[in-house]
Amino acid sequence: MKAKLDTFFKYLFDYGNYETVLIGLRNTLVIAVCGLLIGIVIGSFVAALKVAGTRNRVVKVISYIGDAYTGLFRGTPIIVQLIIFHFIIFRGSGINTLLEAVIVFGLNSGAYVSEIMRGGILSVDIGQTEAGRTLGLSFTVTMLFVVIPQAIKNVIPTLGNELIALTKDTSVAGYVATMDLNAAFTAIAGATYDYLVPYLFLALVYLVLVVLITVLIRVVERRMRKSERK
Amino acid sequence: MKESKKHSPKFLKTEKTPVEPFDPEALIEVQHLSKKYGSLLVLDDISEKIKSGEKIAIIGPSGSGKSTFLRCLNVLEDPTDGYVFFEGNNLCDLKVDINLQRRRMGMVFQQFNLFNNMNVLKNITLAPVHMGMQDLRKAKRKNALTRFLNLFRSEEKKKELVPIETNKKQIQEQAKENAMRLLTRIGLADKANVYPSTLSGGQRQRIAIVRALAMNPKVMLFDEPTSALDPEMVGEVLQLIKELADEGMTMVIVTHEMGFAREVATRVFFMDGGKIQEQGPPAQIFGSPQNPRLKDFLSKVL
Repeated sequence: MKAKLDTFFKYLFDYGNYETVLIGLRNTLVIAVCGLLIGIVIGSFVAALKVAGTRNRVVKVISYIGDAYTGLFRGTPIIVQLIIFHFIIFRGSGINTLLEAVIVFGLNSGAYVSEIMRGGILSVDIGQTEAGRTLGLSFTVTMLFVVIPQAIKNVIPTLGNELIALTKDTSVAGYVATMDLNAAFTAIAGATYDYLVPYLFLALVYLVLVVLITVLIRVVERRMRKSERK
Repeated sequence: MKESKKHSPKFLKTEKTPVEPFDPEALIEVQHLSKKYGSLLVLDDISEKIKSGEKIAIIGPSGSGKSTFLRCLNVLEDPTDGYVFFEGNNLCDLKVDINLQRRRMGMVFQQFNLFNNMNVLKNITLAPVHMGMQDLRKAKRKNALTRFLNLFRSEEKKKELVPIETNKKQIQEQAKENAMRLLTRIGLADKANVYPSTLSGGQRQRIAIVRALAMNPKVMLFDEPTSALDPEMVGEVLQLIKELADEGMTMVIVTHEMGFAREVATRVFFMDGGKIQEQGPPAQIFGSPQNPRLKDFLSKVL
């Protein structure tokens, strides 16, 4: 075991490979955080459409498209989506693989967040929407300024869950040649002919990341609750 | 209503009673209003006119359709049948921009419904600022189009631009000033920067009323404004509503406060079973009720 650890650290530091790991860490975080942000934007939009009244036929059609989108992206594994985007949709476009991963993870998490947000929007008292509408605000404005800010507050714990799941899901981004944490450690494992130590370290890094995210979400949640009681 | 093909009104349901001409003297006119929830008939063919300056109190037992009637007046509930006219605009027509009409109809709810994510000042200024900005953007768009079309027009045919005298900052300042004026009036100016969750029920309801007033509405709809309040806070809210009534605001109030209805209203509707069973000046309704249901109701609540 000692020998294996020595090889691992020697490879990591003496040969300067820690840079790859740092890049992987950065990419993992970028994919997870940007993915979630894109997901929140798409998800809020789709969720608002889903709860919208069906007065307008165009809105109705778009909300069906939203349903189809949710079904499609929740119904297929993320690896399959990554590969389809990499080899079919973005084929030959020369797009940065990191950007590609961010887009796919954003779309994927958008599907989940749309349902999370729908729950959040439904948890906000209908009176808030009614009050906005009776003041002459349009449905969109009421959603944007009144309902969704309150809904986000309600779904922060669930969104935290989503961020954690997303962080760990990024480990498949290596399939399309994105240098994420998993890919970085796999490279080390391949180079040192030892899979035990690198993967144990990989697990440790993910664990620390998740713990940090958990703490962060607690802080954000507490801040948001506090602002209401000023 | 023009019946030409181009301007034919568009409704949610196709089978409807025909539109009757709107009475220009009325501020709100309700024609054959019916509302069904599934097979439950909540409002049954109500026709009524409300003139400017009138104070209508709606009384009646629970489940009689009072609140539904009020909510139909600004189409918060879509009527199953019939029409609601406000200043000559058919609110049930999908081509009428309901948001423009609702600006002129304030509504106050039983549960206050202040926006929980905003402080009191923002609660009051949100809608006026949005209204101002919307009008400003509209004017700017129109001007841009006119300017573009003027390029192709001969000198004498050039159209004039809409004058724009305001900007975003001015709109915000004005809304804030107006909000502070209203808050000072109800004695809550020091609460401008707190969140609604720290206020008492009476304070919240008075702010909700002020929020509706900030839009300069033509009519105020009150949906049981004091039913969710502690008894000792009812007075302050009723006082504010009474002041508004004295200023000549048109209002429709659904209430269980008979004394208040008697004092403020110019006309009282007694509703039961989805119909206005009896109506008249408060002295007549409370003094010499004719309808047996109304007699029974009054004997229980008075």
